[in-house]
Amino acid sequence: MISDLFSVTVLIGILASGIRLATPYLYAAIGETFSQRSGVLNLGVEGQMLLGAFAAFYVSLTTGNLWLGLLAAVLVGAAMGLAMAYVTVNLQAEQGISGIGFYLFGLGMSDLLFQKLMATVETLQGFPKIYIPGLSDIPGIGEIFFSHNILVYIAFLLVPIAWFVLNKTTLGLKIRSVGENPEAADSLGVNVGRIRYFTIILGGTLSGIAGASLSIGLLNVFQQNMTSGSGFIAVALVYFGAWRPIGVLGGALLFSMVNSLQLWIQVKSVPIPSELAIMMPYVLTILVLVATVSRVRAPSALTKPFEREN
Amino acid sequence: MKKFLQSDWVSRLFDTLLPVFATLAALILGAIMLLFLKVNPIEAYAALWEGAFGSPNAFAETLVKATPLLLVAIGICISFRGDVINIGGEGQMIVGAIFATWVGLTFTDLPGWVAITLALLAGFVGGAIWGGIPGFLKAYFRVNEILSTVMMNAIAVQLMNFLLRGPMIDPSQAEAASKIPQTARLIDAFQLPRLIPTRLHLGALIAVILAILVYILLWRTTLGYRIRAVGQNPHASRYAGIKIQRYMVLSLLLSGAFAGLAGATQVFGVNYRMITDGSSSGFTGSAGFNGIVAALFGQLHPILSIPASILFGALLVGANKMQRVVQVPSALVIALNGLVVVFVVSSEIWRRRRQKRRLTIAGHEEEMPPDGTIKPAETSV
Repeated sequence: MISDLFSVTVLIGILASGIRLATPYLYAAIGETFSQRSGVLNLGVEGQMLLGAFAAFYVSLTTGNLWLGLLAAVLVGAAMGLAMAYVTVNLQAEQGISGIGFYLFGLGMSDLLFQKLMATVETLQGFPKIYIPGLSDIPGIGEIFFSHNILVYIAFLLVPIAWFVLNKTTLGLKIRSVGENPEAADSLGVNVGRIRYFTIILGGTLSGIAGASLSIGLLNVFQQNMTSGSGFIAVALVYFGAWRPIGVLGGALLFSMVNSLQLWIQVKSVPIPSELAIMMPYVLTILVLVATVSRVRAPSALTKPFEREN
Repeated sequence: MKKFLQSDWVSRLFDTLLPVFATLAALILGAIMLLFLKVNPIEAYAALWEGAFGSPNAFAETLVKATPLLLVAIGICISFRGDVINIGGEGQMIVGAIFATWVGLTFTDLPGWVAITLALLAGFVGGAIWGGIPGFLKAYFRVNEILSTVMMNAIAVQLMNFLLRGPMIDPSQAEAASKIPQTARLIDAFQLPRLIPTRLHLGALIAVILAILVYILLWRTTLGYRIRAVGQNPHASRYAGIKIQRYMVLSLLLSGAFAGLAGATQVFGVNYRMITDGSSSGFTGSAGFNGIVAALFGQLHPILSIPASILFGALLVGANKMQRVVQVPSALVIALNGLVVVFVVSSEIWRRRRQKRRLTIAGHEEEMPPDGTIKPAETSV
């Protein structure tokens, strides 16, 4: 019933799982923020997440070591990023479409490997919850913020780190200048190609971790197409967050809180059709894009390949 | 020999064949993947070929699979030519099918031809609405259409699941415990006639005719010219007095309409009811995505999209046979499709380079025209 939804314990539950659910979006969207700030739209995030999720799960399952699983996701994501970088930087391919190609590749490949190597859906014990001493005992707050697995904490730490790197370091300045005016950056001696390689591979790596955070952190299972669109949502969140890590955090939290509410609505069997509840976050994303996008400006060189004039 | 390789027609032939090279490259990579899976690639590809072209029935299945691909692809030709990236084919197919199915279930006393025409039109309209919304949001609110169309896909899936499990559910399923999300079977008046004694239906012919019509639209009418002009140079088009916002909406709307029609043909030509497994591909067979692949392969040309759609239809049908014969999951073909897309868009760089070279060569020849006039350099589309 609707009244059930508003008890304190349920509210705490919604907030806590909202924080957890934000994790994959944060990794993927922060990575995407880096590549977009350098002028590259990576639409292959979903495919990178799927392959990362599979690699992490499979390696964890066979070796029994979650950290090796995470490493596998990092390597797979980085490899996908490397391929994407070659295609967009060296071959100057249309970014949106090649991204869809990488998505299809990841979708098919993760499914193929899953069927060939595992065949049945299995579960494993993912990263355990770490209760921060002292803080996790605070009623309510403790459960919401300080009782999560390691990947959740790292995801949230990534936001200030990304902000710092982008705004307070030389590297960040180079990334931003390459995304705004590659010709000028080039004439000042910045290697545009190398910066873009760096950001795209970083984005791929973080997308791989995003997938791992699902398969060996949140859900502890691998299934075909298990990301079900969250990679695309992550890309939307970058627009939503106006290409700033803090904005991305806000978007990820809003989206995951609505999603969490939607899950609790189903659990508590509130008389709203579950399909309409699942729809909510997507409708919300479109509405928020309408409200925000027209006010902020994308990096000027976004989706434009760079070629040196001779 | 060098002169031969640089001659104009060889260079153009090379451009036309680029997608073929890209596909070969993807197939070779696929063969390497198969070797890693300890499967003989020759055996696997032979099974794929057999499954797609081995018998009249197999070939008919290939054409049946190619039909929605072609319809989505010709829509993609319109939108991509207008520089609007429509990734929402899946959702547009679903909504088109919902509209068309609703007509099929509601107007049961119409005579045959009227009924089917009305239903297909409904599919067209449904897809147009689902494509038009992101078009409108792009043109007037600057919402990136790639993102909005992806969101619209997710919304359409839930809308379909809601309707097929609720208001539109097959009455017999509503009573059964299994509750498969499907509508009741359509009456015979709403079934697209079959062309030959296979599953090949009239939808295939309709798709080919529409491909020709869209070619005429894009290259022989003012409307099509404007859509392409907006795509190639929005600033110049605005300067020339074209209301570019309107054409952005229109190209996405038309693109969605053809995808909607693709959805309708699945209902009226293949299943005779709307049915899903709860996922998007459960109804569309991922034609909304694969149609993009086919269109790109056909160089965003509606006519070239016809053989391209047949090729990808063959891959999809053949994949099932391959799965049975050599136990390679048909997901391999999805991965291969992805590689084809990446390779095709990557290979564009060689086309651009040669085009540049052709223009420079042409430019040199124009330096000393006999009569002093300067011919404008040809800009290929």
